[in-house]
Amino acid sequence: MNKVPMRDGYGQALLKLIEKNNNVIAMDADVSKSTRTEWVRKKYPDNFINMGISEQDMLGTAAGLALGGMIPFATTYCVFLAGRAWDQIRTTVCYNQLNVKLAGAHAGISVGPDGATHQSLEDVALMRVLPHMTVIVPCDAIETEKATIAIADREGPCFIRFGREAVPVITNLETEFQIGKANVMRGGTDVVLFANGGMVHEGLQAAERLAKEGIELKVVNLHTVKPLDVESVILFALQTGAVVTAEEHQIHGGMGSAVAECLIQHAPVPMQIVGIRDTLGESGKPEQLMNKYGLSVEDICDAVRKVNRKKGEAR
Amino acid sequence: MNDYLRIACQQVREDIVTMIHHAGSGHPGGSLSAVELLVALYQGGVLKHDASNPAWDGRDRFILSKGHVAPVLYSVLARSGYFSVDELSTLRELGSILQGHPHMECTPGLDCSSGSLGQGLSIANGLAMAFKKRSLSNRVYCLMGDGELQEGQIWEAAMTSAHFKLDNLCAIVDYNHVQLDGTTEEIKDLGDLQMKWASFGFHVIDIDGHQMEEVLGAYAEAMTVKGKPSVIIANTVKGKGVSFMENKCEWHGQAPNAGQWLAALTEILS
Repeated sequence: MNKVPMRDGYGQALLKLIEKNNNVIAMDADVSKSTRTEWVRKKYPDNFINMGISEQDMLGTAAGLALGGMIPFATTYCVFLAGRAWDQIRTTVCYNQLNVKLAGAHAGISVGPDGATHQSLEDVALMRVLPHMTVIVPCDAIETEKATIAIADREGPCFIRFGREAVPVITNLETEFQIGKANVMRGGTDVVLFANGGMVHEGLQAAERLAKEGIELKVVNLHTVKPLDVESVILFALQTGAVVTAEEHQIHGGMGSAVAECLIQHAPVPMQIVGIRDTLGESGKPEQLMNKYGLSVEDICDAVRKVNRKKGEAR
Repeated sequence: MNDYLRIACQQVREDIVTMIHHAGSGHPGGSLSAVELLVALYQGGVLKHDASNPAWDGRDRFILSKGHVAPVLYSVLARSGYFSVDELSTLRELGSILQGHPHMECTPGLDCSSGSLGQGLSIANGLAMAFKKRSLSNRVYCLMGDGELQEGQIWEAAMTSAHFKLDNLCAIVDYNHVQLDGTTEEIKDLGDLQMKWASFGFHVIDIDGHQMEEVLGAYAEAMTVKGKPSVIIANTVKGKGVSFMENKCEWHGQAPNAGQWLAALTEILS
């Protein structure tokens, strides 16, 4: 399967956006080669601002640019964006509902050897809790490109996060992408898996493995964590009677939490959350880390088997 | 003109102590030290603005980075005609257009919300950049407190202002030497402010922030500077105009009771 880093989709989208709208500005905090905003610097230097190593200042400046009629895309490693500049995002960007776009690169544990300081595992929780914020976690490079273009058209603060590694391309140009609308990637009647980011591909693999055991797993790409597609979450939970979520993020406060909050109010069913279990990471190869921290295909399979058994007990 | 502005300053000082007294909380000290700086800006012909059209695209922008001194800005905006002076008595009340710290969606004439210290200069930079990118002549003003300069983001922003040669930006430091817990010298000394801003690439203008002529002159000088941002270091007195509030950190964030309010008014009007 063809593997492409999601950030390539981000860079492509920025070029397309600027071609159409000169008010789009790519901002970076000295990691433009990694985030692909360098592509903007090369092709449209007037639409690129390198803020140096000062993420808080970048967010404030982005707020000012938005107040001045621009559409800034503040871009850097995810942990330094959502974490370090959180108060700036909260009190200036969200309070004023400014049209600032946030792009967190190198998110998740799979960023690998750099270790815990550079592994953003809390950003979805940090951004999801902010009023007015849209939160999107795309699953591959094509979807990242579509999502980036979509948030440019959406008025107000928006956050998108993606990892560093090349990941399999599992959507195509025809796959629908709509903010706030879940995508069914594979049908199934026993259990539904809501996954986002690179975990969607892992989920599809898990579904194949489980099918051999006679468990039919429905795989849903829940790329928009906020606003949550409440209708689909409830519908699929009721249809299958058991839910698993999978994300490259802490189990606390992420997409799984969002789904749980929804289900406990509207359709309580047995549920398992696959994610990082309340710990910071460490250095290692991406695949080693995904295995150690419980994000492998087999971890998803275990969660599905467990929740499927619970469903039987409940009945 | 200066007589008119002197009376305007007196009026704003009355408003400040009265509104904070009514509210029962608020920040009189830093509001009183910034009176001349804001009256000159809004009523001395410095800022291009139009109270009948707060969203006018051609207006200059003012960012109150030290958002806790909202009362001085609210008074100046009301006295400039952005909203009724009667509204001042609703400061900090539920449903008021005058929030405890500035909220741009509530108050006509506000260019940005603020209150979390250290963020204003970055926002001002972004606006100044946007105006340059759009080839507009609008200018941006940003008032910071001296204690606020202890926030690291201010110095990140100062580097940004200079690096991008934002000569349409005028920063102002209300240098009253007093913060919440004590003097800036006691809490965390700011060192040589003139040297600091100059070494960061700013054109530095050092003035007495209570002398209207000097304040107006500083704004005029900043407009002539090309290729670099300007900063006005306004030497001021915290609590200026009310003797028992002057230079007292206790009056950073405390409301005058009825007796103190009357005493303050008497002094301001004398």
